Amino acid sequence: MENWSLVSICVLFGLTARWAVSLNSYSGAGKPPMFGDYEAQRHWQEVTYNLPVHEWYFNTTDNNLNYWGLDYPPLTAYHSLLCAHVAKLINPDWVELHASRGHESYGHKLFMRATVLVADLLIYIPAVVLYSFYLSEGSNKKKVCTVLCILLYPGLILIDYGHFQYNSISLGLALWGVVVLGLGWDVLGSLAFVLSLNYKQMELYHSLPFFCYLLGKCFKQGLAGRGLFLLVKIAVTVLVTFALCWLPFLSDPGQILQVVHRLFPVGRGLFEDKVANTWCSLNVLIKIKTILSTDTQLYFSLTTTLLAILPSSIKLLMKPTLWQFKLALVNSSLAFFLFSFQVHEKSILLPALPVCLLLNDLPLPAIWFLQASTFSMLPLFLKDGLLVPYVVTSLAFLFFSIYLLSAFEHCSEDKLRLGPYRRLLICMPRMDLGRVTKWKFYFSITAMAGLSFMSVALAPPDQLPDLFPLLVSVFSYLHFLGLLLYFNIVQIAEPLQSVRKNQKKSN
Amino acid sequence: SISKVHCVVLLTMTVFSGYFSHSTDFEVHRNWLAITHSLPVSKWYHENTSEWTLDYPPLFAWFEYSLSHVAQHFDKEMLVVQNLIYTSPATILFQRLSVIVTDIVFIYAVKECCRSVREEKGSKDLLGHPFFILAALLLWNFGLLIVDHIHFQYNGFLFGILLLSVARHLQGRHLEGALLFTVLLNLKHIYLYIAPAYGIFLLRSYCFTKDNTDGSVRWSSFSPVRLVALGSIVISVGALSFGPFIAMGQLPQVLSRLFPFKRGLCHAYWAPNVWALYNMVDKALSVLGVRLKLLDVAKLPKASMTGGLVQEFQHSILPSVSPSITLICTLLSIMPAVLSIWCRPRGARGFLRCLVVCALGSFMFGWHVHEKAILMAILPFSILAVESREDAGIFLMLTTTGHYSLFPLLFTAAELPIKVLLMLLFTLYSFTSLKKLFRGSLLNPLETTYLLGLVAVEILCEVVYPLSPWQHTLPFVPLLVTSVYCSLGVSYSFIRLYVSLLRQHGTDKHKQL
Repeated sequence: MENWSLVSICVLFGLTARWAVSLNSYSGAGKPPMFGDYEAQRHWQEVTYNLPVHEWYFNTTDNNLNYWGLDYPPLTAYHSLLCAHVAKLINPDWVELHASRGHESYGHKLFMRATVLVADLLIYIPAVVLYSFYLSEGSNKKKVCTVLCILLYPGLILIDYGHFQYNSISLGLALWGVVVLGLGWDVLGSLAFVLSLNYKQMELYHSLPFFCYLLGKCFKQGLAGRGLFLLVKIAVTVLVTFALCWLPFLSDPGQILQVVHRLFPVGRGLFEDKVANTWCSLNVLIKIKTILSTDTQLYFSLTTTLLAILPSSIKLLMKPTLWQFKLALVNSSLAFFLFSFQVHEKSILLPALPVCLLLNDLPLPAIWFLQASTFSMLPLFLKDGLLVPYVVTSLAFLFFSIYLLSAFEHCSEDKLRLGPYRRLLICMPRMDLGRVTKWKFYFSITAMAGLSFMSVALAPPDQLPDLFPLLVSVFSYLHFLGLLLYFNIVQIAEPLQSVRKNQKKSN
Repeated sequence: SISKVHCVVLLTMTVFSGYFSHSTDFEVHRNWLAITHSLPVSKWYHENTSEWTLDYPPLFAWFEYSLSHVAQHFDKEMLVVQNLIYTSPATILFQRLSVIVTDIVFIYAVKECCRSVREEKGSKDLLGHPFFILAALLLWNFGLLIVDHIHFQYNGFLFGILLLSVARHLQGRHLEGALLFTVLLNLKHIYLYIAPAYGIFLLRSYCFTKDNTDGSVRWSSFSPVRLVALGSIVISVGALSFGPFIAMGQLPQVLSRLFPFKRGLCHAYWAPNVWALYNMVDKALSVLGVRLKLLDVAKLPKASMTGGLVQEFQHSILPSVSPSITLICTLLSIMPAVLSIWCRPRGARGFLRCLVVCALGSFMFGWHVHEKAILMAILPFSILAVESREDAGIFLMLTTTGHYSLFPLLFTAAELPIKVLLMLLFTLYSFTSLKKLFRGSLLNPLETTYLLGLVAVEILCEVVYPLSPWQHTLPFVPLLVTSVYCSLGVSYSFIRLYVSLLRQHGTDKHKQL
């Protein structure tokens, strides 16, 4: 069958899955007075439509920042404004200032879900299709399978269409950045990424790889000649894009400061709730939140994050190829997730995006990571009433990706690039590391299934009411740490000069 | 391994739909679970606390009874007859799971059908194999998904038995096929529509063991043993199912529940058959008559001018149609096909073609036909569609139109994207895969234009019309337009199918001369 029909079928299937999930409950459904992220998005539409621009980020009588104040960069605000205009056409009650607070209705839910679908269809899905067809390797069948598997990644579907957020826009724009950079258009790529950054400040997790990649390319082209020209072009693009996005706020420095203050709330502490990163897991053994002061916590997390991302970034700087770029994206965002300040469990989507891009090259570790990332958000899904979609999408993703990408066939030591592990485990020369990995994978998936079942079916003991969320987050943390190590080793162990003979992964 | 993938696809798509809002059919089956569980057998066909009385044959009641034993572990309250419209999450979960689990029968039947498909020689990749395409067309059938998993019925289970019976006949295991069909008849009596095909085929091709050289009946080869075998199967299954009720003297009551002829020529939404066109002509003539002052408005029945959704639709100008007339029309329409497999039997494939014609014929002319009945023609026809080019063309026409006619079943705004996406998925797949299989275009330009017109009808009915001022005064117009437009397509497919059947009959006759 021709490519276009196969791809259309995959996209339609992905869209069906998305809409089917969106018919379920959303965050904060029926839970006054604060509700949840769904109400936050609706509130931003109300605020951006009714109030003038200079009041959006400020605490005024009309705009109470304690009730879901705007804490994303201006592009989110503009998008909310656009949605609000459409909402006004359909039903003005939805964005009525003050009166629409806590508004929940069947029609409104359909409208909000539709906005997510439209944004996804326009931004994320085309990027995925373009990536699979132009930047991934293999036969046409393999490319179509890649499209399907990326589109079926449960974490993004459940958060965007279940919990309710617009991650597909920021992740989609970042993916456009990767695709365009991969095709060689550096200026446009940086433009796309800056737009992505201006949609959600969490994209800073991806910023260092983009920076190092582009800088590395400039160095390679010679800093005296074309490299410098490229650098200047990129810098100008970045500055101009920033200026354009922040245009309404540039008139008053107080505006800019306030927006930055809203974007980076440094007063909030090392972590909130249960999240699968180092600090929360460490907190189980040592109560670091109480031992260290907030400032010390900040510096501590800053230093550990920088240390974690340093090797990967330096390697990328020295060898700016697409393969290194993808790995660096994974390593950087995962390191940020594990060691940074005030991380939310939803931020796992940031490393998940580049791992999706690795589905074609390293199927088994990628599937493992993606499944673990979905699993790590289980407590959130349970709170939102999304158990059935979680189970179904996870099972579907596992079956499809393992079967279509032949994950278990590409499980040899060589294909998994386990060379350095072999050198480390010199004492056990006879162990087949590929087999070991496969068995670890089976065990892990079974454990995840078991923990999921227990979280739902069993009641935690009275002394430990948070037992299951804690177990889930610690279990996921161990996975993320192990995979961070693995991806770092894969990236750094690669020789700086590509080998002359036919290497499978062309650099 | 192919079936594994298909299973997964089917299961995921079905479980996705697991959380859709319930429809009336949901309450119907819950009620039946309650009746069979809580009441003694003698009361099953007398019970009428709920308006959804038991109107399937007794074997289905026994099926619901066995389900109810599992149901009591999910939520005991759903089994209380008085709990009308009871929809706890456990109830919904159980009902949806029961459909999914019974679909295993369907998956097995599809596997058996795929084994019997004839293939041309030549290496093809997996996606191009006829049996893969057949499996996809059956397992991902849009109509079945919509009706079973969203709207809620047990059609997967029932069609599984039907397809398994067909597969057995294709494989030459006729007694098993007959047994399965008798079981099916006792589960849902709507399959009486295709009983003539079975009856004549088994009589002609199974009871008469040999044919004359010119293909006509060799009376001497009649085998009473086989006839007795078939008869005993039918009688024993019937006894198992109806036996208890005959013993209790309740047979008339059961039959009156099974065949309620009071319901009206057409459903509230006209199934796209001949009577829809008949109604349309009648309505148009009466409107025309009033405009041209030939008729007096006061003399016309009220409902014919303003509404279209009444059960008892009275014709104002054309003669009214009674149940017996529909029966006669149906029998007349299937007579040529049935006669053709008597005179010139073409083995199991001829039988299958006759079966599809019978199903379509009774859909076209039957009394109070539900649009879901189109699946009875579409699903078996899929087997023929992957084997012959001409059949593939007719199949595409019938299936696209038939599936589109199911759209009004899902009328909420939330379900609109789902039905559109699934329809696009199935249509895109069926067109591209069959085109690739038979190498070339399968539809002529007129047919393609007609099918593209479906898109226009959809936009008109679901987007444009609700925003227009007539939505409140004449709310039935979208349904009417859908019904009439689809009946054109279905009738056309019926005629083409008949022509191909008679043409084959004609060529057979020519071979003898």
